[in-house]
Amino acid sequence: MMAEAQPPTNAGLRAVLIAVFAFLYIPIAVVVALSFNEAGLPTVWSGFSLKWYAALAANSDVLSAARNTAVVALISTGLATGLGTLLALGVETRRRRGGALEALIFAPMIIPDIVLAISLLSFFSLLGLSMGLHTIIVSHVVFNLAFVCSVVRARLRSFDWAIVEASADLGASGFTTFRRVTLPVILPAVVAGALLAFTLSIDEFIIAFFTSGAGSASTTLPMQIFAMIRFGVTPEINALASLVMAVSVTALVVAQRLNRGVLGA
Amino acid sequence: MTEPATLLAIEAVTKRFGSVTAVDGISLEIRENEFFALLGASGSGKTTLLRMLAGFARPDGGRILLDGADIAQTPPNRRPVNLMFQSYALFPHMSVRANIAYGLEMERLSRRDITARVDEMLATVQLTALAERKPDQLSGGQKQRVALARALVKRPRLLLLDEPLGALDKKLRGTMQMELKRLQHEVGITFIMVTHDQEEALVMADRAAILRDGRLLQCDTPHAIYERPLNRFAADFIGEMNFIEGTEAAGGLTARDGTLIRSAAAAKGAVCAAVRPERVRLFPGHADTVLAGTVIAMAYHGLDLALHVQTAVADKPFLVRVTADAADAKPLAIGAAVTLGWNVADTRLFTD
Amino acid sequence: MRLIPSPSTLLMLPALMWLAALLVVPCGLVLTLAFFQRGTYGGIVYEPTLENLKLVFDPLYAGIFLTSAKIAGITTAIAVVIGYAAAYAIASAPRDRQAMLLFFAVLPFWSNYLIRTYAWIVLLNREGLITQALRWFGYEGEPPSLLYTQGAIITGLVYNYLPFVILACYAPIRRLHPELREASRDLGASAATTFRRVTLPLSMPGIVAGGVFVFVLSIGNFITPALLGGGQIQMIGNLVYAQFLTANDWPFGAALSMFLIGIMLALLMAQARLTAQAAKSARDDG
Repeated sequence: MMAEAQPPTNAGLRAVLIAVFAFLYIPIAVVVALSFNEAGLPTVWSGFSLKWYAALAANSDVLSAARNTAVVALISTGLATGLGTLLALGVETRRRRGGALEALIFAPMIIPDIVLAISLLSFFSLLGLSMGLHTIIVSHVVFNLAFVCSVVRARLRSFDWAIVEASADLGASGFTTFRRVTLPVILPAVVAGALLAFTLSIDEFIIAFFTSGAGSASTTLPMQIFAMIRFGVTPEINALASLVMAVSVTALVVAQRLNRGVLGA
Repeated sequence: MTEPATLLAIEAVTKRFGSVTAVDGISLEIRENEFFALLGASGSGKTTLLRMLAGFARPDGGRILLDGADIAQTPPNRRPVNLMFQSYALFPHMSVRANIAYGLEMERLSRRDITARVDEMLATVQLTALAERKPDQLSGGQKQRVALARALVKRPRLLLLDEPLGALDKKLRGTMQMELKRLQHEVGITFIMVTHDQEEALVMADRAAILRDGRLLQCDTPHAIYERPLNRFAADFIGEMNFIEGTEAAGGLTARDGTLIRSAAAAKGAVCAAVRPERVRLFPGHADTVLAGTVIAMAYHGLDLALHVQTAVADKPFLVRVTADAADAKPLAIGAAVTLGWNVADTRLFTD
Repeated sequence: MRLIPSPSTLLMLPALMWLAALLVVPCGLVLTLAFFQRGTYGGIVYEPTLENLKLVFDPLYAGIFLTSAKIAGITTAIAVVIGYAAAYAIASAPRDRQAMLLFFAVLPFWSNYLIRTYAWIVLLNREGLITQALRWFGYEGEPPSLLYTQGAIITGLVYNYLPFVILACYAPIRRLHPELREASRDLGASAATTFRRVTLPLSMPGIVAGGVFVFVLSIGNFITPALLGGGQIQMIGNLVYAQFLTANDWPFGAALSMFLIGIMLALLMAQARLTAQAAKSARDDG
């Protein structure tokens, strides 16, 4: 595009944006549309129907997977939020900055997820641990805490530390200052980080797959979706996909409202 | 007239950061009900000293005595000293009222007492109407008043102000200077203000200390510092000053072109003479020292006219201030030849 | 002399211990696993060997490595071009719209990866939407087999990682002072030259960051080739998956992972070096 001698016109740029947004959102829109298609297939539109959603509600595998996913997401998010926030506070109040420390904190976010998945699998096997939801939870905390830490750290960079000194100057102890000044001010970022972690946990497939063990009692929703795609595409998948997308997107939009830039934008 | 009591005694206080000595054995005495200024350029140690008074830094040597007790090791939340931060440091998630009440809540006063004192303070700083606003809804001047109120409501023995007027625009600064002075008189608490703005110190302070490279150069009333600076740095730092290098001579200083700059003071060891621009007269009828010069620049300042006159005794042009009326009576142009003169009483001599 | 750790260190400790136990140790374990042998029935025989590492470079697997690199490379190239163009377009939009536009461009990246990949199955399937669209335009013949091709995998990968590239490219473009471009024009350069010699070089850090990220994520990807390649096209990720789940050759799987991490670290270091160099030359010139 830039090989032309003409500078990109505003109309040209607008066209690029429209094309890119279409590319990004049409596939998802198609899935959502199909979920309401009575016929369930792209070949023909036979009318608006909620029957696929009803079928989901009757599908016990999907329901138990959803329950498992919720449990895993809530517990791992809770742990990750606590650990990640403390980590962020510790890192940002240090006087010395270590490259090794930064690398360790970034590692969970950039390591290929399959590598992390097999590492954890090997580790749990070696220890002879029985695997199930608990191992998934513990594994999810690893990357979730890095993301929460990242979001809270970003907030702390624009945090006016003078207010912590002001609180001490006015007579507050360290703990009181944390409780009444620091925490309330960073809370929106902490919640946004938690929402991000929650979304990532609900959507996470590979690590869950490898660390869930053999039992079907520890199947999460992404694992269920993967199986459904792999072993026979039924129209219920569209309904399930749409619901999961809706939950993710809602959580992310709320996170953005609470703490602009939580998604990097 | 009895000497006002000493509230704060700073005795040979020293602070080092690695190999840098930020504060080097400074001793000061600060009185009750006084508006005191710590004046200096950045790096002079004034802010470090202030933070030690507040408790955010511990001195490496010396004592800090408040009402006779050494508070140097006391943590900031236990000192009866409060700080007004340069950035105001208002709690962004609390209203104006809650900000002001915070310090009183730390003292565990009853809800009723707190409300009463906060209301009183809001009235004093004229913020009653804005009590429920959050800091991001306030202007710079309003934020400053909240910061002041928050510190003063605790009735500390000492209020520290860190460059209080730095963030305000010029006009507001002038108003606030008077406001702060009035407030200090009204509450009767000693204010110690850190500033790099010598004009501000002159206007507001009862007494000021000039700091340079961690050391104390002079501590006196603004008038005394202005009229009788103890050394060249102090003379140069406060107000405008014309300097003439030379060698000591009987009755004054011999300038480089041989002119004798007359002085009433003893000339022993003098290497430099100085005179304030407003003491220099143009075309003087009679003067102890007279110089010839050429006008090379003029700057109109509304109230007066500042003339830059090149003379033979110094490289840097002389700064002379002429009232607007006088300038109108005798208009001058660039390139005009003039004579400058002043009396012995106005010559200062320095040995540095 | 500090015997008690500072408060900052105490705050960091729980999270760091978690990471040490569940990230550093497992990864270290996998690295050592690569040097052991596969047992006859699939367990691990703790006798050191370099066989697995040698196997990684075996011509048998060379094909898979090359395919992975090729797919990752093409994906990166396409994603960078489209992503940069989109980032440029967003940065040229009215100031107050940019944040929102960027948010919606980036949003898909944080949503469900599986579902986004599945959406392409719906589109590319034999009787999927694209075929339907073609039929609608009058196409009568055999449904084109779009799925289970390298093209499908590349499309899926570009689709999934494009938002990140847009984000990475946007920051340096946005930070570019408009006066730099104006100065270039004022000195006589055409718009194209200004772009080539001012805008593009200054946007490089973002392009490189985005590109490295996409490449690393693509080459180690498992889900996209599994779903859109249908088992007919194998990438490194699928190979690792197979070692751990079907072939039961964990040591070899570990060796493959080592290789992946090696590529990732090499690229990240190269990127860090480039960025540092660029910053240094900027300082020297300025």
